[in-house]
Amino acid sequence: MEMKQIEAQTQDPTKSPSGLKILWRELVRDKVALFSLILLLLIMIFVYGVSFILDQDEIVKVDLFAIHQPPSEEFILGTDYGGRDVFGQLIIGTRNSLTIGFAVTLISGIFGIAFGLIAGYFGGHTDNAMMRVLDFFQVLPFTMLVIVFVSIVPKYTILAFCLIFAAFSWMGIARLIRSKALQEKELDYVQASKTLGTSHPKIIFKEVMPNISSLIIVTLTLNLAANIGIESGLSFLGFGFPESTPSLGTLLSYATNPQTLEFRWWIWVPAAVLILVLMLLVRNVGEALRRATDSRQRRG
Amino acid sequence: MWKFVVRRLLITFPQLILLSLIIFLMAQAMPGDALTGLVDPNLSFEAKEELREKLGLNAPWHVKYAEWVSGVVQGDFGESFRFKMPVTELLEQRLWNSFLLGVMTLVFTYVIAIPLGIISGRYNDTILDSSITGYTYIGFATPLFIFALIMLFVFGYQLQWFPTSGSVAPGLQPGSMEYILSKFNHLLLPALSMALIQTVSTVQYLRSEIVDTKQREFVITARAKGASESRVYNKHILRNSLLPIAAFFGYEISFLITGTLFVEQIFAYPGMGLLFLESINLRDYSVVNAVVLLFGAAAIFGALLSDIILSIVDPRIRIK
Repeated sequence: MEMKQIEAQTQDPTKSPSGLKILWRELVRDKVALFSLILLLLIMIFVYGVSFILDQDEIVKVDLFAIHQPPSEEFILGTDYGGRDVFGQLIIGTRNSLTIGFAVTLISGIFGIAFGLIAGYFGGHTDNAMMRVLDFFQVLPFTMLVIVFVSIVPKYTILAFCLIFAAFSWMGIARLIRSKALQEKELDYVQASKTLGTSHPKIIFKEVMPNISSLIIVTLTLNLAANIGIESGLSFLGFGFPESTPSLGTLLSYATNPQTLEFRWWIWVPAAVLILVLMLLVRNVGEALRRATDSRQRRG
Repeated sequence: MWKFVVRRLLITFPQLILLSLIIFLMAQAMPGDALTGLVDPNLSFEAKEELREKLGLNAPWHVKYAEWVSGVVQGDFGESFRFKMPVTELLEQRLWNSFLLGVMTLVFTYVIAIPLGIISGRYNDTILDSSITGYTYIGFATPLFIFALIMLFVFGYQLQWFPTSGSVAPGLQPGSMEYILSKFNHLLLPALSMALIQTVSTVQYLRSEIVDTKQREFVITARAKGASESRVYNKHILRNSLLPIAAFFGYEISFLITGTLFVEQIFAYPGMGLLFLESINLRDYSVVNAVVLLFGAAAIFGALLSDIILSIVDPRIRIK
């Protein structure tokens, strides 16, 4: 109660707090989510910091004299089938997986948000036609098509991978944004803006979009968790990163060798734990944000 | 009702055509063509060109597309250059295995999800509910392939309760009792791994649905009439909440398709997913195209089926 009073005093009572402010306030109040966010940031700082010192070429260099060594003082987490340091690969792999996760979430997010906003804002036939396209993409076997495209692209780079990945993963966010935009366009401020003669693009991106920014942030956060998982899955199958670029999934793919799975835990267990932890942390933050957007579930 | 079905079917056909176009364009972008691997590599360039002309490989794309589609409709997917046999024959063996895996997974999914969802919804905010919700929370964040690896490690290698690879023990007579039991035994672990992850969304759906329905007026009325607690749940609440779940199974096909890729790879289970991965690594593209087309069509028909069932179950969808 005290907190509330103080807040009410410090803020202008005639102005309701903005969506972003509410999100932040709820996040800080939710202990689990706050802890997750801090731990996530620490992991990121550590991984990006250490990978500056580590030399990727040095780590992926094959050393035939050090194959499958268990953890020791020289190699904290042992070595893989090529005598490569697992710990170094873990750090660089985490960095690569996170970077790809962010990139794909951003690219598919931008496209999905624009698609959803336009479909929802105009409604009617435009909406109908755009939703049929979306339905089609959503029903396609995503993983298989990504794998096929990855293997037939002539010049395979990390950017190409991101674009292929994003091309098949914008539908979820587009659908959510569209249904929200459909509600939003009926509100008075949009009608007023239209009457004043504001152009459609300006209403869509300068007026409607900021009003649904909290939904956008929540969805992007939850998508980030999902994309980290999907990326590691694709790398696990051997269709993620170009070779010589370790990812968390690459380390796990060594476990398809029964010998490694059964006897060399140090190669795959740390990567598995790390993926699980990363996904749970990002999800914790995302779920807390989602609760915050729903006024019935808010805490304060 | 029929109007909805017809309208829904009208969307399905363009979807199938688009899918076939995408796969056809993919096939065009793939290196090599139907001739690669079939003929003597020492043949001169001119002789090869002549053969191409004769086989119609130099025809314009719409002619080739029409030919390809008419082949596919008749069940002709071309030749696999790796196995030197028609793709259709190759698929027949694998399709059966993947089908069994899919059916088994769905059975496990519903057998696990429905009781958990009902318990969680009926006794919400008890310890039982929190542990089930905890399971769904973690299950949602766990990628299938990691979970399957852990299952294989624990139950396949450490405890040795289940076989670790293949679809049947070698040397058994097909059709015998041992053969069927062995097949079943090989299916259990992969299907269970997929089902335990797949249940999550169904459990969550069922729980929130029941918690919602519990507060509806018709439930209060039923209680006020003096209906017993079990009658309130079985006759009033579950009838409303379970039907949509029965309809969702068509949508689950997309998940099953992605799941088979990972699970068949991890358990070395010879189904369509493993065939797809092997073929793409060996650039056996006629097989790749056939698998993508079949799975894509399966997903499209699954969605169609679910939409139709949902429209029967829930009349509100029809009006839209």
